[in-house]
Amino acid sequence: MEFAFTEEQQMIRDTAESFLQEVSTSEAIRTAMATDMGYDPELWESICTDLYWQAIHIPEEFGGMGLGYVELVAMMEQMGRYLLCSPFFSTVCLAANALIIAGTEEQKARYLPQICEGKTATVAYTGVSAAHQSGQWGADTVNVIAEKTGDQFVLNGAVRYVADGATSDILVVAARSEGSQGEEGVSLFVLPADTAGVERIMLPTMDQTRKQAEIVFNDVSIPCDALMGSEGNAWSVLSTVIDLATVALAAEQMGGAQQVMDLTVEYTKERKQFNRPIAGFQAIKHKAADMMTRVEVARSGVYYAACVAQDAFATAAIGNRVGDFSEELPEAASIAKSYCSDAYFKNAGDAIQMHGGVGFTWEYDIHLYFKRAKASEHFLGNGSYHRERLASMLLD
Amino acid sequence: MKLNFSAEDELFRNEVATWLEENLTGEFEQLRFRGGPGDEHMFPEERKKWEQKLAEGGWTCVGWPKEHGGRGCSIEQQVIFNEEYARAGAPGHVGHIGEGLAGPTIIAFGTEEQKKKYLPGIVAGKELWCQGYSEPSAGSDLANVKTKARLNEETGKWIINGQKVWTSLAQEADYCFVIARTDPGSVAHKGLGFFLIKMDQPGVDVRPIQQITGTSEFNEVFFDDAECEADDIVGAPGEGWKVAMGLLGFERGVSTLGQQMQFQNELNEIIRIAKDNGANKDPIIRQRIAKAHTELKIMRYNSMRMLSAQGGSDGGLQKEALIYKLFWATWHRDMGELAMDVMGPESQILDNGDYALTRLQSMYLFVRSDTIYGGTNEIQRNIIAERGLGMPKEPKVKA
Repeated sequence: MEFAFTEEQQMIRDTAESFLQEVSTSEAIRTAMATDMGYDPELWESICTDLYWQAIHIPEEFGGMGLGYVELVAMMEQMGRYLLCSPFFSTVCLAANALIIAGTEEQKARYLPQICEGKTATVAYTGVSAAHQSGQWGADTVNVIAEKTGDQFVLNGAVRYVADGATSDILVVAARSEGSQGEEGVSLFVLPADTAGVERIMLPTMDQTRKQAEIVFNDVSIPCDALMGSEGNAWSVLSTVIDLATVALAAEQMGGAQQVMDLTVEYTKERKQFNRPIAGFQAIKHKAADMMTRVEVARSGVYYAACVAQDAFATAAIGNRVGDFSEELPEAASIAKSYCSDAYFKNAGDAIQMHGGVGFTWEYDIHLYFKRAKASEHFLGNGSYHRERLASMLLD
Repeated sequence: MKLNFSAEDELFRNEVATWLEENLTGEFEQLRFRGGPGDEHMFPEERKKWEQKLAEGGWTCVGWPKEHGGRGCSIEQQVIFNEEYARAGAPGHVGHIGEGLAGPTIIAFGTEEQKKKYLPGIVAGKELWCQGYSEPSAGSDLANVKTKARLNEETGKWIINGQKVWTSLAQEADYCFVIARTDPGSVAHKGLGFFLIKMDQPGVDVRPIQQITGTSEFNEVFFDDAECEADDIVGAPGEGWKVAMGLLGFERGVSTLGQQMQFQNELNEIIRIAKDNGANKDPIIRQRIAKAHTELKIMRYNSMRMLSAQGGSDGGLQKEALIYKLFWATWHRDMGELAMDVMGPESQILDNGDYALTRLQSMYLFVRSDTIYGGTNEIQRNIIAERGLGMPKEPKVKA
């Protein structure tokens, strides 16, 4: 049985770990998060030129490394652990996936090399209706209207909760035809973010380590060759892109859940009360044991989802949409995301409690993880949302 | 990293499935889905015959080396065997304690004579074993064993006195492996011996314990000047703890996927009932069923990680193995509650007046033991914190 990292995958993981431990320090995170951009452009440039992480799963013909989803997930886990502030998730896990899976050959040839060169990108699809019923991330949330007029499309409307939306160079936008509903009538477009009529508004966020934006489209005219795939039929491909991103986000959450546990266990071994380290008290040990249980279960779930995602990605990337992955990917993504969302938040909350008073301060890093945990929980669907998705597969 | 078994292993899967399909018929048909945890007292005679049927086909002790009468299956094949066995609903192995615990211990620590004497009976499915570890004052504190073993210098036999408890299948077993104190003045892990004791003798008395389910699969076993041949101690006097703990090292989780298949059968039944009685429309029940499904699915891949791991050079358990007992036991206990909550008031009505529980009712009650036996959740958390996270050990208090 080979349900473990290969040597090469382990090396990628270890490299990411040691690099991030060095560069994504508490000080670096705090400096980056205080900026509008939300990340250190020099660090991003160093990642893109020295390490080439942004090209990890982009096919070699477009200048990428051509590795797989398991490698990507191994890297995301470490980014979550060290709370890296960067446009990696939006660019690689959202936009690059969209381009690889849904882009035309011309679009891939134009945009993927740009991403390999360090340009940033994101996917924008959720309108205000994503906030309905405490968070919906399905087809109904596509609210921007695309109208075809002559040899161009005109976009009108707004998207919200766009990861790194204010800083991305390239936008992948979902829009629907006037009057269409649900999965019908959805189209995907790719356009430079500086296209005339695109207004980008940074949304101040509780979690400062990943920025979100609202993007308003005011009569934005784009050429027909910005259309990805066929008009009105993009939902199924977009949902695959979202599921793939969801798996990557779950990996990041699992890394975060691990790190808050490690920080907390370390702290409890040093902190003394009643003349002994508090780590010796069962009240603390048992909480820590539950944290580790959640981390290891989350890890098993993420690695499973990563394998499913790898199969789905490999099939989808060669344009073959008829695979038996179509059912397993949504299930695996929802399994990983629902478990990891709850595990990360619970671990982060317990971490504050186990740190006692200092866990409540701005000075200690726990609050950074606590805030990222809640932000990631609600991004791309919280635990309840994904469990309901699973319930509809099992019970309806 | 891969999710699937090799093509060769999948062929083996077909072989197992086909054999079970062809043989789990006729008189054995009634044994389907019977005799598992919580149901071990049922159909003992029929299950013994089934065990011998398995032996005829070479399907007992599949993971044992061929030289000891096993099938010499790889880890993957053992997993597949367990999975297909459970999928077919084949009955709980009445010989599982011999096959999984006594046999491997004798293979690892026993003498050639002990191997010759005991292993063939286990492989043939003819001799059953039970485990004499826990005592009234040695539960979580297992090393606090009081049962005594004294060597009678005249006869050369060991004389055993004391009481064991929670001994499953004792009423069916031919032999019991027992840890007992060989050094009268010793405490805790020191001064223990590991004995192979014949059950059919005047000094051994088995008394069933009536459980929360109304049934009795656990027993008390009393040793009152019971005799054990001088040759039937495994390891030297004083080495009993080492031998007993050596058992833990044999558990690499090959049976876990089979156990999960049983869990899946139970969850499928709950889902069927929910669809049938409309509980599938209740948003809270939907969340709980989805959560149960999520964690059962992950449980499978956690086991795959356990099986893929090369194992620490120190023989220590990997992290995913350390958390496994706490995880599955808690999950199963929650699923028992879910079963009752899906059934609503009907969950409280029995089949008839003889306290005849349905499968799910029995499961709901029996799972309360899952978080207790084999190391309580509380002990598991201590172990995880100490071995997995390097937190301080519990302070030792002098008796």
